[in-house]
Amino acid sequence: MTDQAMKSDATTGLTTIHTSGAARDRLKKRYRSEAIFKALGLGAILLAVGFLVLLLSSVVIKGVPAFTYNFVSIPFDTATLDPDNLPKADYDAVVRDAIRAQFPEVTSRNDRKLLGGLLSSGAPVILRDQVLKNPGDLGKPEAFSVPISDFADLYLKGQISPSSNEQGGVAARVSTQGETVTLSVTDPRFASILGFIETRLKAEGAAARARLAGAIGSREQTSANLKALTDRLAAGPSAEDRLWMEADVERLSTSLAAVEAQITELETSAATLEQRAASAADGETLTVGDPSMLIYADAAVIKVGALTPTSATGTFIHAFEGTPPSEITQWRIRMIDVPETSRKFSDTEMVWTDTLVERGYVTSALNWLFLTRGASREPEMAGIWGAVVGSVLTLSVTLAFAFPIGVAAAIYLEEFAPKNRWTMLIEVNINNLAAVPSIVFGLLGLAVLLNFFGLDRSAPYVGGLVLGLMTLPTIIIASRVALRAVPPSIREAALGIGASHIQTVFHHVLPLAMPGVLTGTIIGMARALGETAPLLMIGMVAFVVDIPGGFASPSTVLPVQIFMWADFPEPAFEQRTSAGILVLLAFLIAMNALAVILRKRFERRW
Amino acid sequence: MSETMTPQAALAVPAGSIHNPKVRGIDVSVFYGEKQALFDVNLDIEANRVTSLIGPSGCGKSTFLRTLNRMNDTIPSCKVTGKILLDEGDIYDRSIDVVELRARVGMVFQKPNPFPKSIYENVAYGPKIHGMARDKAELDEIVTSSIRRAGLGEEVKDRLNEPGTGLSGGQQQRLCIARAIATKPEVLLMDEPCSALDPIATAIIEELIDELRENFTIVIVTHSMQQAARVSQKTAFFHLGKLIEEGQTEEIFTNPVNKKTQDYITGRIG
Repeated sequence: MTDQAMKSDATTGLTTIHTSGAARDRLKKRYRSEAIFKALGLGAILLAVGFLVLLLSSVVIKGVPAFTYNFVSIPFDTATLDPDNLPKADYDAVVRDAIRAQFPEVTSRNDRKLLGGLLSSGAPVILRDQVLKNPGDLGKPEAFSVPISDFADLYLKGQISPSSNEQGGVAARVSTQGETVTLSVTDPRFASILGFIETRLKAEGAAARARLAGAIGSREQTSANLKALTDRLAAGPSAEDRLWMEADVERLSTSLAAVEAQITELETSAATLEQRAASAADGETLTVGDPSMLIYADAAVIKVGALTPTSATGTFIHAFEGTPPSEITQWRIRMIDVPETSRKFSDTEMVWTDTLVERGYVTSALNWLFLTRGASREPEMAGIWGAVVGSVLTLSVTLAFAFPIGVAAAIYLEEFAPKNRWTMLIEVNINNLAAVPSIVFGLLGLAVLLNFFGLDRSAPYVGGLVLGLMTLPTIIIASRVALRAVPPSIREAALGIGASHIQTVFHHVLPLAMPGVLTGTIIGMARALGETAPLLMIGMVAFVVDIPGGFASPSTVLPVQIFMWADFPEPAFEQRTSAGILVLLAFLIAMNALAVILRKRFERRW
Repeated sequence: MSETMTPQAALAVPAGSIHNPKVRGIDVSVFYGEKQALFDVNLDIEANRVTSLIGPSGCGKSTFLRTLNRMNDTIPSCKVTGKILLDEGDIYDRSIDVVELRARVGMVFQKPNPFPKSIYENVAYGPKIHGMARDKAELDEIVTSSIRRAGLGEEVKDRLNEPGTGLSGGQQQRLCIARAIATKPEVLLMDEPCSALDPIATAIIEELIDELRENFTIVIVTHSMQQAARVSQKTAFFHLGKLIEEGQTEEIFTNPVNKKTQDYITGRIG
């Protein structure tokens, strides 16, 4: 049967074997699988590119603002400083007096403290540095500029809260009573704002109700469980079971009480919110938990505390100049969406900052503090330079240690070592070492370099050695591959004219393998640059304020610095984290560019 | 050894030549691990003659060639027994320095393999490492004369600083010959030097080989019987690791003694 079929195939089907319908189907299938493979490959690449773009854009968007900073150059009364004792002069007082002079109306102790916080706490240090650098500028009022506080900087960069302005439009009567001031209008100018507030209160009330329903559900559940357990306990279980049952009963009772308390609280807040929403159309009291409402009229700024459709009552943040006018026509309303309790920069500070900007004292400039300073607890005083120097020092030790040893080991193993079970064992172990988690190298450094040899903690040369150990296998493996890839004909040519083995290797094989060796080295160095874990173990996570001065001085490195900043609570550090990542990326790109250039150079030697 | 003393060989030597072996292989056997590649080969290479080694692929002719300058040393599993005498000294003797030996016995390979350096550096490398030139002028002289003798003088005289790999295949092979003769070897081994070249380049190299005979003893491995007939004075036929027959080239090609030789020459084995 099959023979018959084959025979007919052989005789009649010979000419149609590649043109029959089945063949066409097979061909179609082949094309289809090719198309599927192509689509999958393209999809994978697009996915990777998408994630990369997402990551990079998020880092860039967050990080770039940190490269500029707002500096204040209000008139500092530096003429009072004793020119003969400049290093020890009281710069704190100079800075304090200068900012107070800008706002003479601020008199209360608390407000003055708030006002002093408008400038960076590092401002006196910066002022001192500038004075010492240019003593000739003493007495010139606007010759010095100090950093503004980190929150003021965030505010000026628009990162504290979104806010919106609208014009008053109608004439308003002004009546003042001591500290409070009331603006009254004839038509319901403020009704729309009250409408917004009502909507928001309703939504919040509904949300509270929903949470309340959840809490009630959980109370039902808990009490049912409790009841079941109590029943079982009443039924008289074994002594052993009784023990855990009693414990459970106690636990459930506690949580039931907590749920009860939560329910009471939610009920009150929901009721309050609903009540406020119901009466909001008639008027509303604005608390610190609500978005802030400011009214700007002439020079005055009023923080609104109570609102009806036709009137707004509040207190002055900034008073009218001279006697208050009885009626104003030019005024505007500013809504700041984030409530004062949810941000660390009050309405008052915002107004003061705006005032400084209006007076032309604030300039946004390149953040040289970030680019030149070491670590600091104050975000505005924290810089990346210490970590950059630490990274450079560490990596130069790594390179000096790992490159010669790695290349030499590779040459020996590839060109000279006999191929026996010992070299096999070494080879396998080198390959395994390349896959060892980096933290293990950190432990090795801690145990051997620090504890046994007693080398310095936090020092770049120890970090460099640890990272060098980590990088060695990468360099050895890459170098061996590169050496093996050199055509044997080159070796034969050199040996054939009487070059010794070592001359062959160093004159001909190694130069040809150099691009590959360098690529491996740069890959290893790039990995070492981004490594945090082993350095944590040997104390390079220390908080180092000074720029490291040498291979033995305590320092940190870029990834560790980024890791530490990511841990700090101040929102300004979030920017610095991203900016630090940008610096690290720039470093990496520079290293890779160097690798490409070196490759090109060596490859040009034909 | 006894075979080289055959009367035909002595008779067929051109007028004025006497039996004067430069290299003598005595009972040469080569093993690659367990496998034996050459079996007791006895072959004399005469000075200032071209000796061609012919035979089908895998017959051991290249292996024999590579024993003559100990290139087989680079293969760890390779073992050579017997003796190879270069001017009566055994090159496998402990006292022989392999680097010195390879300076005396140069080699040209099947595939042109110039160093990825300039033409000048390619040729100058050997003299440099052997300290053959006292100054730059002497080195220049060695380089230009070697290139001239390799028949490359006119073609590359203005391009000495250009890469050697940029030359054509035939030029590259002549550059390799120039590089080999720059170290002033006594013997020149050529392992199928024309197999990667076109007929015109082959003709040029064959002519060159004939000229070089004056100063060097040449051993050439070739797959082309016409080439063996054209360039060599003596021919040795290898088959399955054994030296089957050797003698004056005309004798081998016109009147082979051995049946296998005859079969190979007439194309019945190959």
